[in-house]
Amino acid sequence: MTFDVDYAIRILPTLLNATVVTFQATIWGMTFAVVGGLVLAILRMSRFRPVSATAGFYIEFIRSTPLLTQLFFLFYILPLYGLALSAFVTGVLALGLHYSSYTAEVYRAGITGVPRGQWEAATTLNLGPLQTWRLIILPQAIPPVIPALGNYLVSMFKDTPLLATITVLELLGTALTEAGLSFRYLEPITIVGAIFLALSLPSALLVRGLERRFATR
Amino acid sequence: MSSPLDLLPQLLAGAAVTVQLTLLGAVVAAFFSLVAGLARLSSNRAVRAIAAVYVEIFRGTSAIVQIFFFFYVLPITGLSLPAFLTGVFALGINVGAYGSEVVRAAILNVDRGQRDAAVALNLTRAATMRLVILPQALVAMLPPFGNLLIELLKGTSLVSLITITELTFAGKLLLRAEGRRDEIYVLVLLLYFVMALPITWSVRWAERRLSRGLHLGRTG
Repeated sequence: MTFDVDYAIRILPTLLNATVVTFQATIWGMTFAVVGGLVLAILRMSRFRPVSATAGFYIEFIRSTPLLTQLFFLFYILPLYGLALSAFVTGVLALGLHYSSYTAEVYRAGITGVPRGQWEAATTLNLGPLQTWRLIILPQAIPPVIPALGNYLVSMFKDTPLLATITVLELLGTALTEAGLSFRYLEPITIVGAIFLALSLPSALLVRGLERRFATR
Repeated sequence: MSSPLDLLPQLLAGAAVTVQLTLLGAVVAAFFSLVAGLARLSSNRAVRAIAAVYVEIFRGTSAIVQIFFFFYVLPITGLSLPAFLTGVFALGINVGAYGSEVVRAAILNVDRGQRDAAVALNLTRAATMRLVILPQALVAMLPPFGNLLIELLKGTSLVSLITITELTFAGKLLLRAEGRRDEIYVLVLLLYFVMALPITWSVRWAERRLSRGLHLGRTG
């Protein structure tokens, strides 16, 4: 069996269209993870022990269990409790939840990197906790971790094909559907690999650029 | 009324397969990490280029896409392996690409003076690598390798998609057989968590042990 170029060209537009769904899942999932991770990081650093311990366990648990299994968990279990979300929304939810436990650790590193004196200065200025976080700590903690967040964006992008397993027709799902119709796997799967490569290589370069841009030294 | 524990025997059988996949995958990954990591530091341009292409391709595409490629496409070209071995190799080769970066960084981080000393002692290039550089680099590789081992453990769940009854697939089969049993996936997730714990602890221990005397990070 050889690579059938005509067939590849015929299915290319369909696959490129499906890439839009891949992008949507990545963007929504990352939006969730960027916000959720920050909330988790702040909870994790709470001085109220039960809160920080719960957040810590949650982060540890999510990070050491597979995204695919979490995806199945949400997809099969949520409907049992009357929460019937579409496959796409379930997928975005799983991506967001999974990656917020990673971004939480990224934010935590950034927050820990803010010098103690900044906290003390905020106390001296009589700022409340909310103002301290919003005006003093976060503006200094976030810029240095932007490249690390960028890395997770690229990782998430590469994890979106998992959504195919819960019937989302993103890039891989569409390719497998095509393959199922034509009984040809070589072309669809090769094209999926090529599209991922073509998109994730430049993004990795972009992240390296960000690292230089935000380098502290 | 059945208790969740009734589900355990079948899930544990799946977990055993997950452990096998992880261990065998780790052997393949260690091999690819070391070979590709060393190749990227080779003085031969062609060797460096081949290693770089391997690393970029396998880090630039998804593990799941690679597994499907190995499972559906390789047999067409006449290279047919049982699903289990396909899974082991696909996972090992994927994680090996990440591991090679760990190997490369660890080798580059060995103090320059060690190389100079090896030259002064008239060691050959191979002997320098084997006796001087690698033993020191290996220690620095352990914590990141531990993290990759957790990634590998989690990655084995992907192999459920190519017909192997590991833990995630065992859970799916049970869900089909038993109907509404919400606790199945809770148990599955817990089992993954428990399997990852020894690795997480070892990594933490290794990190503490290694940073001792290095004066890195905050004290106290």
